[in-house]
Amino acid sequence: MPDINRNVANPAGEDDILAESKLQLRPGQDHYIAETDETGLGAVDAVADESAPSSMWGEAWRNLRRRPLFWVSALLILVAVLMSLFPQLFTSIDPRACTLSNSLADPQPGHPFGFDRQGCDIYARTIYGARASVAVGILTTALVVLIGTAIGALAGFFGGILDTLLSRLTDIFFAIPLVLAAIVVMQMFKDYRTILTVVLVLGLFGWTNIARITRGAVMSVKNEEYVTAARALGASRMKILSSHIMPNAAAPIIVYATVALGTFIVAEATLSFLGIGLPPTIVSWGGDISAAQASLRTKPMVLFYPAMALALTVLSFIMLGDVVRDALDPKARKR
Amino acid sequence: MTTQTPLLEMKDVKISFTSSTGVVEAVRGIDMTIYPGQSVAIVGESGSGKSTAAMSILGLLPGTGKVTGGQILFNGEDITGLNDKEMQKYRGSEIGLVPQDPMSNLNPVWRVGTQVAESLRANNVVKGSAVGDRVAELLEEAGLPDAQRRARQYPHEYSGGMRQRALIAIGLAARPKLLIADEPTSALDVTVQKRILDHLEGLTEELGTAVLFITHDLGLAAERAEHLVVMHRGRIVESGPSLQILRDPQHPYTRRLVKAAPSLASARIQSALAAGVESTELVAHGREGKQEEVIRVENLTKIFGENKAVDDVSFTVRKGTTLALVGESGSGKSTVANMVLNLLDPTSGKVFYKGTDLSTLSNKELFDMRRKMQVVFQNPYGSLDPMFSIYRCIEEPLALHGVGSRKEREARVAELLDMVAMPRSAMRRFPNELSGGQRQRIAIARALALRPEVLVLDEAVSALDVLVQNQIIRLLAELQEELDLSYLFITHDLAVVRQTADDIVVMKQGAIVEQGTSDEVFADPKEEYTRDLINSVPGLNIELGTGENLGLVE
Repeated sequence: MPDINRNVANPAGEDDILAESKLQLRPGQDHYIAETDETGLGAVDAVADESAPSSMWGEAWRNLRRRPLFWVSALLILVAVLMSLFPQLFTSIDPRACTLSNSLADPQPGHPFGFDRQGCDIYARTIYGARASVAVGILTTALVVLIGTAIGALAGFFGGILDTLLSRLTDIFFAIPLVLAAIVVMQMFKDYRTILTVVLVLGLFGWTNIARITRGAVMSVKNEEYVTAARALGASRMKILSSHIMPNAAAPIIVYATVALGTFIVAEATLSFLGIGLPPTIVSWGGDISAAQASLRTKPMVLFYPAMALALTVLSFIMLGDVVRDALDPKARKR
Repeated sequence: MTTQTPLLEMKDVKISFTSSTGVVEAVRGIDMTIYPGQSVAIVGESGSGKSTAAMSILGLLPGTGKVTGGQILFNGEDITGLNDKEMQKYRGSEIGLVPQDPMSNLNPVWRVGTQVAESLRANNVVKGSAVGDRVAELLEEAGLPDAQRRARQYPHEYSGGMRQRALIAIGLAARPKLLIADEPTSALDVTVQKRILDHLEGLTEELGTAVLFITHDLGLAAERAEHLVVMHRGRIVESGPSLQILRDPQHPYTRRLVKAAPSLASARIQSALAAGVESTELVAHGREGKQEEVIRVENLTKIFGENKAVDDVSFTVRKGTTLALVGESGSGKSTVANMVLNLLDPTSGKVFYKGTDLSTLSNKELFDMRRKMQVVFQNPYGSLDPMFSIYRCIEEPLALHGVGSRKEREARVAELLDMVAMPRSAMRRFPNELSGGQRQRIAIARALALRPEVLVLDEAVSALDVLVQNQIIRLLAELQEELDLSYLFITHDLAVVRQTADDIVVMKQGAIVEQGTSDEVFADPKEEYTRDLINSVPGLNIELGTGENLGLVE
């Protein structure tokens, strides 16, 4: 052991104090004083000035940047978005130009995935199918976030009667299964089925979870001291809601929205598969999966390609939600 | 001289934690000796490694913590790095633990009696039907009346003090030779704290148990322990007989700590006043002449449902002085503060600001009035919006009240940062990057932005470490002098009050028990309750001298 012990040879008055307190020193308990330079005695509470400033979003971004899963999912999502915006970049074949003589034909040069029952190029249909899925996913999520946060924030922030009314309304919508409700309503719109009607129907029944999450987040943020501090300054309620509460309640909403995006894509595919989502004139993965059922035993690959594209897209959104949650909530991070 | 073999010896113990960024040494070679039946205290600020050092004795280091060097001898046997199974025969039966937070250390779904019985069974102290009786005995011994019935209750039916007593019963159940008490009473009111510590002292003396206190409170350590170990950044900076260290600290860090601790400062102030010398520690000084009224509270009452939270409270804050509103939890002091700040409407009674009744003001006038009265809250981690940069935090009041142009506001924020001794570069940072004390300085800067005349300080220094606390107290005093501010100081900590307040109002269960000037109340408390409060301040009654040797007397 390094000898850092330095027994003080009777500093002023030590004997008096000892005598007075009638205490006797026992081995190992004598007055020990460390060398001053051993410990370093900086200024009290000095401000660390070296590191660059970082906000919570900055921290989250730095955390995301280090995760391979984030880059994998982001890349897949980017590809899906590009496919839906500019399908021509990936293929020059028209997915609706089908020749029946090619029905269920094997892959050949220029047609890597082969042909479906109608003789359409599967590769082209898989590329063009992205548009419906991604559009429905993004637009529905946007709509759901809009309705859900508005209702949840009002209920959570104002409380009282308004909370009771809005919460019961949420419960009523929550009790209706999303796909079941969509089936019923889509039946009524049989003749006007477009991407927009699917979005409206899914949005109408899909906002409840976001509303609940927002309400909870707002209620917990509402009681923070910085909110009371803003009230003590005389800030108006709307000002407090918009500048203090919503930014602090945003994290769980963002996380849920990312995951929900994937589930809405699945819901759209389910409706199209059941034949009540998008009409056959719009190329979609759900519709193609439905059509491929018939040849599942003879030509499973016809079903495989659109199903694979759908699964990858949904998976990438759910993975993104997962890493975003970890980045925004360090406590939930796996050790 | 009592020559005994040591009960516990720590020899050059080193403890490290492994994190993703590397190995962090939390304890860097400490030596400590405890004799049977003796009480020893480890004192240090948060992050000094005091709890880590104590937990290593039990082999209960959190997470990746590991003893990487040295030896821990218990009764002469080496217990360093024993595995869990080998350690079990020491835990509970040889070395007991009273954990820090009574609120989270009892399992809420089990009866308290069951939890005491658990520690009896785990150590095979008593078996079978005798357990029930023993549990009641132990609870009674820990100072819980009606122990049979109490044993059948759940933790939520207990108050904080009762839970701590139950934890003491558990810690002592198997009659350990050493009891580790980790901040055993930090979460409790001072009067409860004193009663529990007195009881613990009597109990361990009777049983001959050695006690190792872990605490941040030098006063408490000195009052309860004969041997003191001061830790700083994982090292021992000074150790020795408690009184000797408190009266004549040698190491610069210990000197700083002893100077800063409010309870010790209060003890020295009392001595200095008695000796008729002027102590520089008395922050509130020579302000008897200031008589101009700034806040007057008249017959303030607030009823929540059945419960009278505030009952007929009246007092006056004089301009340029500090009035301390003192009380234990549930005394209604924060409710009063909220009514003064107009965040809560009184059931009856009035608040006057310079003679104007606040309840007669229109919304617009009230909005302007808010500029004159600002608040600093207790929790430095909760009072700044984590999404706001420091610049926005300080600028918010200016922007809300439409003060100045963008350029002028920027200049004002810089000026305010200077005032609270923060570098201007802090503007671009976010609250999560600052320490508790730094955040509190930002909260003060923010409160000063609108040039208020009154600051309500709601436990504003309670959550801080001693040195930082002292720094903030000094800062507040300087600002008060400079800007002629008036403070309404809400606190449970009488030691801080002794240093800072001109006037004191003592509250209990919503009503005022006693009020007067600080000197009067401390020198000659009229009410039993006030006397109790003052006597409960740990270390206040230790004879420490006037602080001459520390350079604290002019």
